[in-house]
Amino acid sequence: MSNWIDIAALTAIPQRGARVVKTAHGCVAVFRTAEDQVFALNNACPHKAGPLAEGIVHGKAVTCPLHNWVISLETGMVQGADQGQVTTYPARVEDGRILLDATFLRTRAVA
Amino acid sequence: MKHLVVIGAGMASGRVLEHLFETEPGAYRVTLFNAEPRGNYNRIMLSPVLSGEKSYAEIVTHDDDWYAQHNVTCRFGERVVHIDRAAKVVRGENGDVAYDKLLIATGSAPFIIPVEGHKLPGVCAYRDLDDTETMIEACAQNAKAVVIGGGLLGLEAAAGLRLRGMDVTVLHLMGHLMERQLDPAAGYLLRKDLERRGITVLTEASTKSIHGTDHVEAVELADGTVLPADLVVMAVGIRPEVTVAKMAEIDTGRGILVNAQMQTSDPDILAVGECVEFDGQLFGLVAPLYDQAKIVAASLLGEDAAFVPKELSTKLKVTGCDLFSAGDFADGEGRDDIVFRDPARGVYKRLVLEGNRLKGAVFYGDTADSNWFFGLIKDGTDIADMRETLIFGPAFQGGAPEDPLSAVAALPRDAEICGCNGVCKGQIEDAIAAGATDLGAVRAVTKASGSCGTCTGLVEQVLSVTLGDAFQMPAAQSICACTDLTHEDVRRMIKGQELKSMEAVWQECGWKTSCGCHICRPALNFYLLADWPLDYRDDPQSRFINERKHANIQKDGTFSVVPRMWGGITNAAELRAIADAADKYNVPTVKVTGGQRIDLLGVRGEDLPAIWADLNRAGMVSGHAYSKGLRTVKTCVGTDHCRFGTQDSTGLGIKLEKALWGSWTPHKVKLAVSGCPRNCAEATCKDVGVVCVDSGYEIGVGGAAGMDLKEIEPLAKATTEQEAIDITIAFVQLYREHARYLDRSYKFIAKVGIDWVRERVIDDLDERAALIARFELSQTIYRTDPWAAHVDEQAETYHPLANLTLEAAE
Ligand SMILES: Cc1cc2nc3c(=O)[nH]c(=O)nc-3n(C[C@H](O)[C@H](O)[C@H](O)COP(=O)(O)OP(=O)(O)OC[C@H]3O[C@@H](n4cnc5c(N)ncnc54)[C@H](O)[C@@H]3O)c2cc1C
Ligand code: SF4
Ligand code: FES
Repeated sequence: MSNWIDIAALTAIPQRGARVVKTAHGCVAVFRTAEDQVFALNNACPHKAGPLAEGIVHGKAVTCPLHNWVISLETGMVQGADQGQVTTYPARVEDGRILLDATFLRTRAVA
Repeated sequence: MKHLVVIGAGMASGRVLEHLFETEPGAYRVTLFNAEPRGNYNRIMLSPVLSGEKSYAEIVTHDDDWYAQHNVTCRFGERVVHIDRAAKVVRGENGDVAYDKLLIATGSAPFIIPVEGHKLPGVCAYRDLDDTETMIEACAQNAKAVVIGGGLLGLEAAAGLRLRGMDVTVLHLMGHLMERQLDPAAGYLLRKDLERRGITVLTEASTKSIHGTDHVEAVELADGTVLPADLVVMAVGIRPEVTVAKMAEIDTGRGILVNAQMQTSDPDILAVGECVEFDGQLFGLVAPLYDQAKIVAASLLGEDAAFVPKELSTKLKVTGCDLFSAGDFADGEGRDDIVFRDPARGVYKRLVLEGNRLKGAVFYGDTADSNWFFGLIKDGTDIADMRETLIFGPAFQGGAPEDPLSAVAALPRDAEICGCNGVCKGQIEDAIAAGATDLGAVRAVTKASGSCGTCTGLVEQVLSVTLGDAFQMPAAQSICACTDLTHEDVRRMIKGQELKSMEAVWQECGWKTSCGCHICRPALNFYLLADWPLDYRDDPQSRFINERKHANIQKDGTFSVVPRMWGGITNAAELRAIADAADKYNVPTVKVTGGQRIDLLGVRGEDLPAIWADLNRAGMVSGHAYSKGLRTVKTCVGTDHCRFGTQDSTGLGIKLEKALWGSWTPHKVKLAVSGCPRNCAEATCKDVGVVCVDSGYEIGVGGAAGMDLKEIEPLAKATTEQEAIDITIAFVQLYREHARYLDRSYKFIAKVGIDWVRERVIDDLDERAALIARFELSQTIYRTDPWAAHVDEQAETYHPLANLTLEAAE
């Protein structure tokens, strides 16, 4: 069952940018693409936990700011030769507002 | 040892000598005459030299060492004026040489239309390095060039001049461009392509006269149009150079007549290259000349061999114009056409069939399968079975999947890959089997892709098909996977086509991704802001985190903050403010940096705006310690305190820092000023290092003390402080305008040469002033403190978008 909560206006994140949402179990990075899609991922790179929200967003991927691993925003899979996956969370935009699924966010540390 | 004398050190004779020395090194000692004051070079690469993609040094095919190693006596810069066949002696301008065998390889002479004014300075042909240099010298922003002739050469000249910022008009006598290779439809697409690059094309334009008193000023057409011109390039055709042969009464027609062994009417005299006529044919491309060269070498060694002319194909070496033409595509009885057009992609393909054979092919916009079609033409393959799908290329014959490599995989072993050198796929496969695993090695063994280079991609594909995963397609050349263009290509497009936004670059340069990637976007962002400071708006989302957040990210995700200390000078109030900030924001580490400043390490991202506001209040601004931009200007104490100091090194350092701070550069830039040659500021390993001496200031550039350790190269001596500042600024601007993104200044200098830098920054005072003016213009936008701007406008973005910690704890 999903439990969408209103996080902020879409415009609070620049296109091809990201901001973090703090949760009790660490930060979630919320990305906005050039096409105004939003994606939510754990804000830690599978390599050495680089803060993904600070990376460069291109297409539907983000490049980690620490050592340039490229991570798919859709699947959380690390692209190219490197390996690993970042947890992703349901996210959507409605009436210009960003919505995240609170149920998922709460269970993340447990999962 | 017998003596071979060669007249002309061009592309054909160079190849003859290679074959000769490879097959039987001891057979001949050689004397090589050349009217040009230089030896063999790759003439067909003059276009990349003209456009700036290559330097002359890169296109030399045989250097002094090579001639020395093979005992070739070089008489460069010396024209042969006569041949005495009875005495078997060749007469050069500086004296006679006797020969056993003589090879004439004099190439051809460009045709100059003898209209009024054709001898004026500023009118040139396009044949050799001197012509190319004449053109490059005439290049100035907005200067006007008129290129007469819309064939291969004229268009390459026009594209090169345009890339160098010239205002170019091409005059072509016929109704469409390259009419010998293209049909009107392809000619139309080519014209559109060129016009999109800003080149004006006038067809059916007949030149009547050239105006000017002591330099060309204008070109007048038959219809009375007058086109102003600072440079006129004539590229209307060539004629075999047969002057010496005629004088020696060797048989000539349009060219020197040769038999299939490349012998002239005098059996001891052979001829090769563009100067010959064989079976009524003349030759103007290198592929047949290279075949001839093999025959010449064999004939000289007494072996049997016979020259057989082959079908030729043409490609245009203009970056971004994909054009291919081969065979015969004239209309005729019994001939059918298959035409495919895709107006949206600018693709046009036409096949000319006679019966069940392919006779000719013209492709524009998509030439990927051209070699396969060329093979069908050359082999006269019966295409009856694939007629329906022929136009779609090899991937559709037999239902193979549309893998880009499948076309190459499908080629038979005898399919030609490199037209210039006549290298077929099988030879490349053999070379690979024998251990050549990269492009360089294949090129060294087979010569494939070593001439005009348009087949480089194909050779790489053969490597890839043959070696599979063991071969990495080199991406090194292009900026990143989003484009096939190099940094240099893109910079030229940005300037030449006045591309002023990232979207314009993606569109015009055909980016393969929707919005670039982390590699190309920061580079494009820099190029655009460096070239168009007033028009372009900096894109923070295309900056690496350090620049986007104006602080250095550390391995744990915290940041470090470095306030500017002009020339390394500070005071008690600033130190107190730094100490207070360290307390207030729980800064775990405070460190003095190598650039004489204080680094506050371990600041939390959210605290950045607040700590900056505090430091701003104490009068301090961002030190840009995170930037590809001016970092520090290190100084020693100089005359103020030191007993050795010769000048006010600290004062000069502060002035330089105040002039340069805030400017973005291809990579970080560090400066230092030392007060005397004791060099306490370590100025000799900085991007710009000034060492003060009694008589003034010694300025060096291109030093580094990072991954590479480099000493500066001396650039100039300045007598006044202002001159030292001017030179420094002009150098930084030159680096901004021409370097590749992420090349430190020493890499930039290694590419262009210190002399090139000196000519612009030191010798040419106008250019120096123009560089400074462009730098200052850019600084009116960028010499600002990013900390203050972010504190005012963007502090909020440094905070979390939302805080759900409370909610989650419920
Ligand atoms: C700008 C440009 C681009 C080109 N692009 C292509 C291309 O993409 N593909 C292609 O296949 N072909 C291309 N060509 C054509 C190709 O360069 C020529 O076909 C080839 O260079 C001819 O070789 P050659 O040895 O016969 O003559 P050249 O290379 O012209 O050499 C002849 C040499 O002989 C010297 N010489 C002449 N007379 C005397 C004398 N009396 N005494 C001493 N020396 C003398 C000349 O100075 C010259 O250096 C291009 C040509 C130019 C100019
Ligand atoms: S470089 Fe020369 S002037 Fe400067 S501090 Fe050292 S000794 Fe003194
Ligand atoms: S931490 Fe992300 S690439 Fe190393």
